[in-house]
Amino acid sequence: MSSASDELRPRGAEERLVNPEVAKAGDESERGQDGGRLAHAEGASRPLSAEPAARREREPQPRGAKIRGDRPIDQAEAAERFLAAPLHQKAHDERLWDLRKKRDAAAHGIPEWEELRELASQIKAHTLSNLDTYLEQFEAAAKANGVHVHWAADGAEHNRIVHAIMRDHGARTLIKSKSMLTEECGFRHYMAGVGIEIIETDLGERIQQLDAEEPSHIVVPAVHKTRLDVAEVFARTLGTDPDNDDVHYLAESQRETTRPHILSADAGMTGCNFAVAETGSVVTCTNEGNADLSGNVPKLQIHSIGIEKLIPRIEYLGVFIRLLSRSALGSPITQYTSHFRGPRAGTEMHMVLVDNGRSARLGMEEFWTSLKCIRCAACMNTCPVYRRSGGLSYGATYAGPIGLIIDPTYNKRKYSTLPFSSTMNGSCTNVCPVKINIHEQIFAWRKVLAEEHYIPALKQGMMKAAGAVLARPAAYRAAIGAADSALKVLPRFAVYNPLNTWGKKREMPEAPRETFHAWYKRERLKKTGQDA
Amino acid sequence: MRVGLFVPCYVDAFEPEVGIATLELLERFGLDVSYPFDQTCCGQPMTNTGCHAEAAATEALFVKNFTGFDYVVAPSGSCVHQVREHLTAIPQTPEVKAVRERTFELVEFLHDVLKVEAFPWASFPHRVAYHANCNALRGIGHARPSEIQKPFFSKPLDILRKVEGIEIVDLARPDECCGFGGTFSVFEPAVSAKMGYDKVADQSRAGAAYVVSADSSCLMHQKGCAERLGMPLKFIHIAQVLNGAAA
Repeated sequence: MSSASDELRPRGAEERLVNPEVAKAGDESERGQDGGRLAHAEGASRPLSAEPAARREREPQPRGAKIRGDRPIDQAEAAERFLAAPLHQKAHDERLWDLRKKRDAAAHGIPEWEELRELASQIKAHTLSNLDTYLEQFEAAAKANGVHVHWAADGAEHNRIVHAIMRDHGARTLIKSKSMLTEECGFRHYMAGVGIEIIETDLGERIQQLDAEEPSHIVVPAVHKTRLDVAEVFARTLGTDPDNDDVHYLAESQRETTRPHILSADAGMTGCNFAVAETGSVVTCTNEGNADLSGNVPKLQIHSIGIEKLIPRIEYLGVFIRLLSRSALGSPITQYTSHFRGPRAGTEMHMVLVDNGRSARLGMEEFWTSLKCIRCAACMNTCPVYRRSGGLSYGATYAGPIGLIIDPTYNKRKYSTLPFSSTMNGSCTNVCPVKINIHEQIFAWRKVLAEEHYIPALKQGMMKAAGAVLARPAAYRAAIGAADSALKVLPRFAVYNPLNTWGKKREMPEAPRETFHAWYKRERLKKTGQDA
Repeated sequence: MRVGLFVPCYVDAFEPEVGIATLELLERFGLDVSYPFDQTCCGQPMTNTGCHAEAAATEALFVKNFTGFDYVVAPSGSCVHQVREHLTAIPQTPEVKAVRERTFELVEFLHDVLKVEAFPWASFPHRVAYHANCNALRGIGHARPSEIQKPFFSKPLDILRKVEGIEIVDLARPDECCGFGGTFSVFEPAVSAKMGYDKVADQSRAGAAYVVSADSSCLMHQKGCAERLGMPLKFIHIAQVLNGAAA
């Protein structure tokens, strides 16, 4: 190997810290123009306590939803465990709310923001409405660029195609940048089964890989972990100091242990943020430059593309680039916007276009516009339920509001509970850069799931009983008329639950002396006595 | 102008004072207000759970009760949102459509229809946190939500600022949902309560003595959370403030 790779080899513990440029917090190269220490948009993090890590309270990281085959995910149960870890919950909520605030500031800084959203929405709607045409155009353009183009009907076929490409080249190791599509496909698990080693090059994704956990968030995959959690994972897997949770130390440690893999990998893979039909090119947006390393270092490069990622023309890209990072992190643009168009001399480039349920979703009248999603995660950051539950509580590839409306298209039974993990407050719809009516689709999913009896029989029975009482004034009045019985009746239409889930964490409302109805009868109809 | 008063089921059962204040307030403006006696509910508990078929009879009853009025007014953004946007389990006859179109939430009725300039009988010399119910805010357009890049407006704040002595405090997370969410409050109690705790903590930190909202459901949930945490916040519906409640 070259001397360059020798320099990148992990050093001994005593000198593991670190690349000289990031060794000292007071280093001037670490400071921005305002004098503050540079905080990366994704990496911005502050300690929960000023105490040194060794003396701080250790709180075990709450784990995600329990997966039991196709049985419905109990998101509420997993969320309750997340809430039982207050340090994690607080850090998670504050971190993501901070992203939401930065998103607001960035969006409000652009007078034409709402026009951009409308434009992006229309471009996506147009593209999806003519997807066959644009896919064929993309394929032709990519082939003309010297790219090998593959089509995969589902995740399993995607995995087989990539495996076959690697086998043909005798490739055993693969570096890859973050891709939600490959998470959908269960790609890492599949490749592990056929003996191919995958190294994630995105920092957050690498943390999750090392901890054998799925990403909890589309953009910041390890956001549910505290710095101490990461220190523990790295100590266990990379041999770092478990008591040092300095972000620069942790990031640098990961970098130094991952770079050698990058330099020696047989193949590289990226996902795709945008696929441009007229040029046949794949565009990725990252802050770490890891997509460039993954794509450009190995001699064999593969790009996995969900077919909904198409946009017709390169000139439309600017609309989405202006929206994407502002919506995601509140930064004007990602550090890298990389265009992969054709193979470098002496290398091979493959693109795999993956359907995996997308065509079927395109045919769903109420839900097809969910395909406009550009995976910015603004809906997650703003979602008050997501911020208090953690992404892993959803037990699905896609968490948060966008997950609630696309997960059931993959498995209606397993994800039948998810559309109910929402207050339908509508903030998700308002932050969506491509104007997906997310909360209305959540509402629509509830109807579909109830009609097809995917909701618990108890719940549906309660609603049937409530509907029956509320449709008959006499029955309703008989139930509610006597003042002190209101609390006993409330169950029928609002808070019925043998475990009193309302009263566990909240005080019960006081039952008034009389209902409005009784008051009206007494005061305005000049009758005496209580309503019966 | 004939106005039908809709008193949502939980207001009827738990907050009759809100219904009384709404009735008296509307009568102060010389309106002919009727309270249809056979009313029950708008159907929201069922439709929000996806059970539209189970809501149909309740929706039909609502329409039957409120047909023929020039306006239907309710002190609840949430229920009005249900009627206007989601009362669809029954055939959409001209009669059904007319009732849906004529149903107004109290604040927007005062602001947009009556265009009220003053509430000379009202005085509320307190520090107030206004709670925007999500359906009122984003569903029926009470105000510009913080996510949207458009000039700010707020009908409830416009109205409240006409009340003598009132002081509105700023919240750190002004449009954050309080976690009630209808049946969500029962089926996801842990997350619902935590959202409520965070909401009342925000109101408390902002120095509010009172929380005012156009929705009793959110207030009922927040009150339960504040009492559990031992916070001395008081909760009152906007109809009571506007009707001159002495607090």
